[in-house]
Amino acid sequence: MRAAPRNGWLARAHDRVAALGAWALGVLQGLGHNAAFFVELVKFTPPALRRLFLVVAQVHKIGNYSLTIILASGLAVGFVLGLQGYYTLSRYGAAESLGLLVALSLVRELGPVVTALLFAGRAGTSLTAEIGLMKAGEQLAAMEMMAVDPRARVLAPRFIGGIIAMPLLAAMFSAVGIIGSYIVGVGLIGVDPGAFWAQMQGGVDVWDDVGNGVLKSIVFGVACTFVALYQGYESQATPEGVAQATTRTVVVSSLVVLALDFVLTAAMFSTP
Amino acid sequence: MGKKGIETLVGLFVLLGFLALVFLALQAANLATLTRGDTFTLTARFDNIGGLKVRAPVKSAGVTVGRVTAIALDRETFQGLVTLEIERRFSFPRDTSASILTAGLLGDQYVGLNPGGDDKDLAAGDVIRITQSAVVLENLISQFLFKSAAEGGGDTKK
Repeated sequence: MRAAPRNGWLARAHDRVAALGAWALGVLQGLGHNAAFFVELVKFTPPALRRLFLVVAQVHKIGNYSLTIILASGLAVGFVLGLQGYYTLSRYGAAESLGLLVALSLVRELGPVVTALLFAGRAGTSLTAEIGLMKAGEQLAAMEMMAVDPRARVLAPRFIGGIIAMPLLAAMFSAVGIIGSYIVGVGLIGVDPGAFWAQMQGGVDVWDDVGNGVLKSIVFGVACTFVALYQGYESQATPEGVAQATTRTVVVSSLVVLALDFVLTAAMFSTP
Repeated sequence: MGKKGIETLVGLFVLLGFLALVFLALQAANLATLTRGDTFTLTARFDNIGGLKVRAPVKSAGVTVGRVTAIALDRETFQGLVTLEIERRFSFPRDTSASILTAGLLGDQYVGLNPGGDDKDLAAGDVIRITQSAVVLENLISQFLFKSAAEGGGDTKK
């Protein structure tokens, strides 16, 4: 290619276009790297199921340890939904629909999404930091020396553990939230308990609402766990690198969850 | 903590998760109220079904006896063709009438069955002959307006 003269607007424009191209190629490369890593991880998943104890230990670490924050947040969200929902609904004389409002918003939206955001903060960061430090301490390299693929031994069990834990946590979040709004709505404010449950049962469908909510949380489980593992595995093996990777886990997971949530909601609930 | 201890804790976690799911399915959603066991289908044609939706309850004397399973437009009569699924343990006389009613002022619409006095019962696949359409608020208001306008017109002529 003929070299452009290094002055004038043409050269500046050339530089800009080249920078844009480099940026676009970088983004594409990153996406491709992510996708290739994801495929590799999925390939390592079936063999990891054979060493079930590794998976069980990860469910314990990811799931059990997240219980406190998930249950406490669920209860708090339920309380607040009960209060705020009652405030708005009572203006229209529809305070009996409180149960329906709370159950639908929890089961369809808040349960999966808030659980995923908390999950990214509580479990995702710990996964990234753990793997990043394993890398910094050259434990992963040592495994490779022993002909053990760290993706099969370290990453895959964590991946499965996260996918198992997320829907269960989201279901607990929704259930505790509904109980919380029952405590506030029926116990504190005095909404009729029969109407509270009857309106809820009349308007919430097992497959359309609860089922789709569970499906959402499974997708979020895959996304959050994958982002955490990828960031840890690809982190720079320095204290600063691990710190950056941990931060990126939270930011990227949250953004991915919010974007996926919009897409999934549009696909699942857009048709009445 | 030993292997057994971790397995127990994870078992509890999974159990708790499934309990939450069962709670959501049974207490929050309509799995328990879905018609179980044997049902039979009836159809009814309405001139206007209003805001009736699939899965709306079918009630007789206020008791839910079934659900609406399908709504379609009859191509020949241009009426709304509503398919009802009624629990097998209930049976209704042949001259039962169906009407579309509203629960409360702004509530959901449902199908009300009003049993008649015929000796024979409706069998599976039968059509309910006597139907009453949904009350459409706009029609009601326009009727009222036309009526009062006509009366007002009469007043000025006097």
